[in-house]
Amino acid sequence: MTDEITILVPVKRVADPNVPIGVFPDGTGVDLTNVRMAMNPFDEIAVEEAVRLREGGTAGQVIAVSIGGPKCVDTLRSALAIGADRAIHITTDDDLEPLAVASVLTVLTNELAADLVLMGKQAVDGDNGQTGAMLAAKLGWPQATFASNIEASDGILTVTREVDQGLEIIQVDLPCVVTADLRLNTPRFAAISAILKAKKAPIETRAAGDLGLQLSPRLRTISVAEPSQDRANINVANVDELLDSLRQDQGLLK
Amino acid sequence: MTVLVIAEHDNVDVADSTLRAITAAGAFGGDVTVLIAGHDCGNAANAAARISGVNKVLCADGPSLGSFLAEPLAELVAAMVADHLQSRTETFEAIVCAANTSGKNLLPRIAGLMDIAMVSDVIAIKSADTFVRPIYAGNAEATVECMEPIKLVSVRPTVFDPAPGDSNPADIESIDAPPYWNQTRLVQAAEQDTGRPDLSSAKIVLSGGRGMQSAENFVILDRVAAKLGAAVGGTRAAVDAGFLPNEVQVGQTGKVVAPDLYMAFGISGAIQHLAGIKDSKVIVAINTDEAAPIMAAADYCLVADAAEVLTELDAALGDKNP
Repeated sequence: MTDEITILVPVKRVADPNVPIGVFPDGTGVDLTNVRMAMNPFDEIAVEEAVRLREGGTAGQVIAVSIGGPKCVDTLRSALAIGADRAIHITTDDDLEPLAVASVLTVLTNELAADLVLMGKQAVDGDNGQTGAMLAAKLGWPQATFASNIEASDGILTVTREVDQGLEIIQVDLPCVVTADLRLNTPRFAAISAILKAKKAPIETRAAGDLGLQLSPRLRTISVAEPSQDRANINVANVDELLDSLRQDQGLLK
Repeated sequence: MTVLVIAEHDNVDVADSTLRAITAAGAFGGDVTVLIAGHDCGNAANAAARISGVNKVLCADGPSLGSFLAEPLAELVAAMVADHLQSRTETFEAIVCAANTSGKNLLPRIAGLMDIAMVSDVIAIKSADTFVRPIYAGNAEATVECMEPIKLVSVRPTVFDPAPGDSNPADIESIDAPPYWNQTRLVQAAEQDTGRPDLSSAKIVLSGGRGMQSAENFVILDRVAAKLGAAVGGTRAAVDAGFLPNEVQVGQTGKVVAPDLYMAFGISGAIQHLAGIKDSKVIVAINTDEAAPIMAAADYCLVADAAEVLTELDAALGDKNP
């Protein structure tokens, strides 16, 4: 293991999570027409962490990669503005499933000789939360998912994980895959100068179809619907009325 | 067909989330085999064998499984399924686990090893190959057909009832533990705070948000929760402000809860939070803003200051214990 590691950070372009989305009336999918897009927030945290590891001397190079259509370039430029050193666009018109994304990332990780893949724990569109662990499996690497703290020393990462029972601490040997949880850091606001510089930075491009991988879908979306959310919305005037309703109408409180 | 459920356990008892995953596995319409993998986990295997709907228990017992790391467990499952496919003795048509942090860490690793696609966080099983799952923070629900020969499915535990644990014991078969996985080491396990009901399975959950405003008000929330036997949760804002620990964040990226009663104190109702509470039976919203999104998502709405309501509730409930 060299002293300065190479970090690969996959970044996904998703609908801005703060914008409400709707479903096509015919149930064929989510309507993203005119919806503002942004970098998946967990990926943004991963980019920030990777850049901090470089700034702290652990990493030598941070490479961002995005897989998808032409607009992914915007997402890569956001990663460059935060501080990524290189950006690679893997072009495809298909909406690749997590397993296919993991296959693409496996090839890239090997080609780039990355020591660490640092990525969001899930993308907030599909909410699958699969790609990180799938990638670690395909590489045969250890994994540290849901990271809320990372400390690096001598080829070992000490990672605090956010699990249902609280915080767990594990050590993983490099090379490994780490997925970022919400509280790993607060991403910086990129400086205007960095944004301008990122606009002019070169972006390497490769077609996903040229990687020699089987990327066809294994899942078929039959329909997409809006969830039923029928709630009574009964207004109660005060605490006594609320307690009466919960006790008598619902039988919930004794 | 046989469905393999990978159990979460503490070597003694089987987790509530797994009891719910077993109910979900039953909906596939075949036999259910439960895998207990751990170290000195015989008691957990015995407990699993008595769960209603379980036809067989596989028990892998060894020190390499002592820390419940995903890596050796995934190797074990992938190798076992491959062996079974080869020997054609018993094939698993589906592998199911709970979609909690343990399952979310494990099942995609198994999927990666087997190069088989996975379906996450399933909330309804339409048939043995068709599932419903939330996407976009629960703003939409996708019905997905899985075309893989083996379906790898994590199920949202809160939408399935726990399988009762009182049936005649099923057979327990011992299988070999996998080799050590040395590249990952558990340094410190998470310590569950046992003084409180578990957020994921509590009948009543009281949650606080930004509108709670101060740590003092969370002390009152805590006291009222104790009187009601309720678990305490909160929004990202409340956790970020340091009022609550990380693990009680409720929402898309935190815990999903589905209690009989969910009371939201000073919570505006961001999409990401609502994603985690929508399966609650009764939702009560207490907020000064009658136009807050939480009000539209609630059965009972009280336009009032959260802290004042909590103080009144504290008094109204007297000093009773649950």
